[in-house]
Amino acid sequence: MKNFLALALSLFIGFLIIMSLRNNVAFPEYGTVNVASRVSQAYLDRDVTENPGTVIFGESVNLESGPANTVTAIVADYRSFDTLGEVTVLFVSSLGVALLLGTKKQKRLEVDFHPNFMLRVGSRALFGIILMTGIYVAIHGHLTPGGGFPGGAMIASSMLLLYLANDSFRAKIKGFKILESAAGSAYILIGLIGLLVGGYFLQNVLDNGTLGSLFSAGFIPIIYVLIGLKVGSEISGVIDNFLTEEGV
Amino acid sequence: MTVINIIEIVISILVILLAFLAINSKTLIKSVMFLSGLSMLSVLGFVLMKAPDVAVTEAVIGSGLVTALFVYTLLAVGKRGKKA
Amino acid sequence: MLQYAAIVLIMLGLYGILTKRNVIKIIVSLNILEIGLNLFIVSVGFVDGGLAPIFTSQNATNDLNFVDPLPQALVLTAIVIGVGTTALGLAIAKTIYAKYGTFNLDEMGEK
Repeated sequence: MKNFLALALSLFIGFLIIMSLRNNVAFPEYGTVNVASRVSQAYLDRDVTENPGTVIFGESVNLESGPANTVTAIVADYRSFDTLGEVTVLFVSSLGVALLLGTKKQKRLEVDFHPNFMLRVGSRALFGIILMTGIYVAIHGHLTPGGGFPGGAMIASSMLLLYLANDSFRAKIKGFKILESAAGSAYILIGLIGLLVGGYFLQNVLDNGTLGSLFSAGFIPIIYVLIGLKVGSEISGVIDNFLTEEGV
Repeated sequence: MTVINIIEIVISILVILLAFLAINSKTLIKSVMFLSGLSMLSVLGFVLMKAPDVAVTEAVIGSGLVTALFVYTLLAVGKRGKKA
Repeated sequence: MLQYAAIVLIMLGLYGILTKRNVIKIIVSLNILEIGLNLFIVSVGFVDGGLAPIFTSQNATNDLNFVDPLPQALVLTAIVIGVGTTALGLAIAKTIYAKYGTFNLDEMGEK
């Protein structure tokens, strides 16, 4: 009876969503969206506060938002305050994991698997490549797909690889905690610089440069590298909490 | 009916099948593995919908880190293979 | 077609959360619901024959047919919040197992 009620509720909600999709303004049919009628067109044209005319890759100089990747422009510039709140959510959740699982005397989790010599050496070589890929993705977030969040997650997965390949390895968690709090504080500090110089919290006060070059877009690469460091060290701390247990 | 349409239909059917298996499989570790596969297929969906940023993020986080966390939780409590 | 698959995923995830009595299964269902929701939100911004919203040397000007970048930006942050909630839920599940010796919600009161 309970299962039947749950099935009926799920079907009702699915029916409700499908009925609301019947070609109205908010949800047009799949693939027939008119982007020009949405607020996103202003983000693509970069004319929220100014009117720069045609945006051209490699030629347009000093737009109101510099990144060639429009998604990055929204995440780290137009809606940067949103991202600050989101980073705070991740911080609170890693704090909760540390409160629930972190104990005083910790040792590595004992599992029925011991890596051999080849696995240990091979993963050392792979560790550097994955770490470099993560840093590359975080630094080039304003030009190519990616950015701080996947870059930080790649840094964390390189740490996970070291944990998997050596069953007595422990990273220096204290260093991660210092890095995380420094990166989070630097993000707010950048916001305060924008407030003092430009008049708004997280206002971009540096030169935006040419659209599409590596040294462009002002604060945005700095913010994305900081987000990458913060996410990477936070998720590494979570992984360390999951792979240790109480003991001497 | 282009090739892209056919790929979309195949991905849609596989995604629904994998979600059904992940919810209804008997052992917990199989359920987690089907969830990882579902996440990897959703990456293909994101690429088809021209969202490369989301695809990269989902590939690293959804099918890498989350699966590792699930597997290590199951290993830590030693409940591998037992019935749900 | 992908839009309807996403709606079916949302329905399946909701059904799993409501009916399953195992904590790990509930977290798996939550993840399925989240993937379905992300697919659905991205599908709202898709344009037929559109380009990914990144200026490159091939797609150099803003009067080309780009897809909507705003849903993608929202989903990008939602995925990272998802890994946070999943990690917290798994930590709670581990604590539950240490106290009661089971993942099943029905067997917990009997001890």
